[in-house]
Amino acid sequence: MAKKPQDLAVTGESGEHEYETGIAVVTADKPGDPGIEPHRVRMTDKSAKHERAAARQVAALFSVSIIGSIFSIWAYYAFPFNNSDAASLRINTIFLGLGITLGLFGIGVGAVHWAKTLMPDAEVSEERHQTRGSEEVRARAVEIIKLADQESGFSRRKLIRRTLYGALALFPIPAIVLFSDLGPNPKDSLRHTMWGQGGLRLTRDPDGTPIKASDVQLGAVFHVIPEGLKDLEAPSMLNEKAKAAVLLVRLDPADIKSQREKDWGYDGIVAYSKICTHVGCPVALYEQHTHHLLCPCHQSTFDLADDCKVVFGPASRPLPQLKIEVDADGYLVAPGDFAEPVGPSFWERKA
Amino acid sequence: MSNVSATKKKGGFLAGTANYLDERVGVAGILKEFGRKIFPDHWSFMLGEVALYSFLVLLLSGTFLTFFFQPSMTEVVYDGVYGPLKGAHMSVAYASTLNISFEVRGGLLMRQVHHWSALLFVAAAGLHMLRVFFTGAFRKPREINWVVGFALFVLGMAGGFTGYSLPDDLLSGNGLRIIDGMIKGLPWIGAYTSSLLFGGEFPGNQIVPRLYSLHIMIVPALIIVFLAVHLFMVVIHKHTHYSGGGKKDTNVVGYPLMPVYVAKAGGFFFLVFGVIMLTASLVTINPVWNYGSYDPSPVSAGTQPDWYIGFLDGALRLAPTGIETMVGNDTLSWNILLPMIVGVGFLVVVALYPFIEGWITGDKREHHVLDRPRNAPTRTAIGAAGVTFYATLWAGAGTDLIATSFKMSLNNVLTFMQIFLIVGPFIAYFITKRLCLSLQRKDREIVLHGNESGRLVRLPHGEYIEVHEPADKYQVWKLTDFKEYQPILARPNEKGVITLRSRIRASLSKMFFEDRVSPVSATELEAAQHHGELH
Repeated sequence: MAKKPQDLAVTGESGEHEYETGIAVVTADKPGDPGIEPHRVRMTDKSAKHERAAARQVAALFSVSIIGSIFSIWAYYAFPFNNSDAASLRINTIFLGLGITLGLFGIGVGAVHWAKTLMPDAEVSEERHQTRGSEEVRARAVEIIKLADQESGFSRRKLIRRTLYGALALFPIPAIVLFSDLGPNPKDSLRHTMWGQGGLRLTRDPDGTPIKASDVQLGAVFHVIPEGLKDLEAPSMLNEKAKAAVLLVRLDPADIKSQREKDWGYDGIVAYSKICTHVGCPVALYEQHTHHLLCPCHQSTFDLADDCKVVFGPASRPLPQLKIEVDADGYLVAPGDFAEPVGPSFWERKA
Repeated sequence: MSNVSATKKKGGFLAGTANYLDERVGVAGILKEFGRKIFPDHWSFMLGEVALYSFLVLLLSGTFLTFFFQPSMTEVVYDGVYGPLKGAHMSVAYASTLNISFEVRGGLLMRQVHHWSALLFVAAAGLHMLRVFFTGAFRKPREINWVVGFALFVLGMAGGFTGYSLPDDLLSGNGLRIIDGMIKGLPWIGAYTSSLLFGGEFPGNQIVPRLYSLHIMIVPALIIVFLAVHLFMVVIHKHTHYSGGGKKDTNVVGYPLMPVYVAKAGGFFFLVFGVIMLTASLVTINPVWNYGSYDPSPVSAGTQPDWYIGFLDGALRLAPTGIETMVGNDTLSWNILLPMIVGVGFLVVVALYPFIEGWITGDKREHHVLDRPRNAPTRTAIGAAGVTFYATLWAGAGTDLIATSFKMSLNNVLTFMQIFLIVGPFIAYFITKRLCLSLQRKDREIVLHGNESGRLVRLPHGEYIEVHEPADKYQVWKLTDFKEYQPILARPNEKGVITLRSRIRASLSKMFFEDRVSPVSATELEAAQHHGELH
């Protein structure tokens, strides 16, 4: 096994370029190449009967395809949709699809069967040539480049060359500027929600009916939107909802660990932003006995009894709390906006 | 050379057409050049074909869908035939998707054909990449084509994601919400970039038409361009072949394009199309009518992206808790950035791998005979580690489903995945490398001492032996025809300095080739045969 790497080895046919072999071990001490394995004689090669049978099979497969295609056209009309019956949609889809499938499989299996049984299956060898051009070709290529350079004066005329580089560098810039109007500067839009109007009642999502403090039982969960959101025009309705959605829960005041959380709530009723501080999914799952809120997208978990601090998952910040009060009629209202931006973090969030 | 078209008078319609075409586009020259081109045959070469054909099916079914789909987010009240959503407010995009599904005959079928072929396209492209990786088909002269193929894989994901979001249903809307959250997490430019993409605040009424432009124009145009380059380079290089008798780096062994490959590959297009059609007729995918139109407030538990986005979603989930930091007054969301760096970093390493391996071996020869994976143990081990890494990220996107299906604690599943993401690839690396080396030793064993026949013989003096049947010359060639590399030491350059570069290269070459099994040499083989005859 004492073989030493050689610096260069001849590869390819004589006359072709010799490449560096790097750290490859080049050896002539290899078992001999036995050449292409002889091809195995198929039944169709030696028996005319089998050959005829294979030909019939191929024709039969192509005929199956014809039948399948015709069947699918027939199925298109034969199984109409009946609006009141979901099964009619299913049947139309299945039979139309199966017909087309047959039409395709017939051709596919037939063609492959034809190739495998009736066409020659002896392997053939063809020479490869190195991808690299021959020395003459390469010399001519270099010559052409040089000629082009000479005739245009590309290397010689520095001023032309440099101004061209400048022009080429700048001409795409207008295209980039043109895209500025794709969207406005977000300015403060991410910091404010509809609750900032002040004194809005908390209403049920999606019907918009207001919620009385007395309606909220211990352990109950309400999905909340601000009063009036329902009547906004598209798209501002969804835009506002994407920031203002709130989850309202009543806890036993004795379970609440944070004084601020108690102060901003009402008799154990607390309202928190429903928009996850990770990447903005709605935090919609509430586990009553642990007081945990779970985001179904990436499993960030927040402790509702402790300022909605993150107890698990990729989120980094607590869900912002919405301060609530009760108005004269006993309905829950929010005196103002969240104290910080809701939803996913962004660079200038705190600035 | 007479120009008299004698052929025109002879022959029938076909000869006439052929003559017409040759005199105008030179079709005879094209046929002479390519008609009998040789293509090697192996089942693993079909994976790329599957991807190509699924893309053709995507173009066909997608064109059908564009005739009916309306990419607008204008709000309408649904008045179609689907009862449960009658009277609901929704976007025109969602309503037209319902219309395609319930009121256009074959519309649901085409939607499902389109979705299934998209899933198949990315899957086949991924498997094709694995085949190319593990057989070393990316080596010189094919490094650039590896990068082109890699770009096609990424474009496939981009096409999939932009299309997934078009129906504007609850599921895809939440997907966009996640993208919005990730973009907002980019330092400095996040909030503004999100506003540019969505045309203002999320979700706005711009995103669906914008994604539509990307999905039906930019992305497919890029895919077609890259596909053309990819296939053009296959023609330039000619296809690789597996080692076997008569197969060398200087030839290509297989069947001619016409008629064998026209029949096989042409037929295979119909088979791939048929499988997609069969699946689409029988198996529902993306029943958007069950999800409802997009609304930022509700969400359903256990939601999953399409499979190829899973590894990025998993990366998001596996980020540790509370890693956001402040730079002065500005927020750096490492819980977004770290997963992006991990996901994108992984892809970059994949794209650059051929150049890394080429630098380590320094082997500048053209390689057209494929490696059996065991004969490149370190590469195969690296591949296994990469697959493990990707698979863990991917499984990470299903932590909740794994926890609920197997009744385990979600927290434990996630912690396990976080640890396994780092430890798993190392385990895979070491196991795979040892397996490859063992398989190579087994190959040596077979070449030198023959195949186990399973026949036990009792000799006159009572000893039992198993009869070994000598390997034939084709098997010997197959098991011994591979390239061997030796690690190098860091050597000083002309100035007598050992550079950091050469140190790194030396230690990488040690990692790659220190443990290796050499192919059986002719001398060894002869000695073994001689030894065998003495018995």
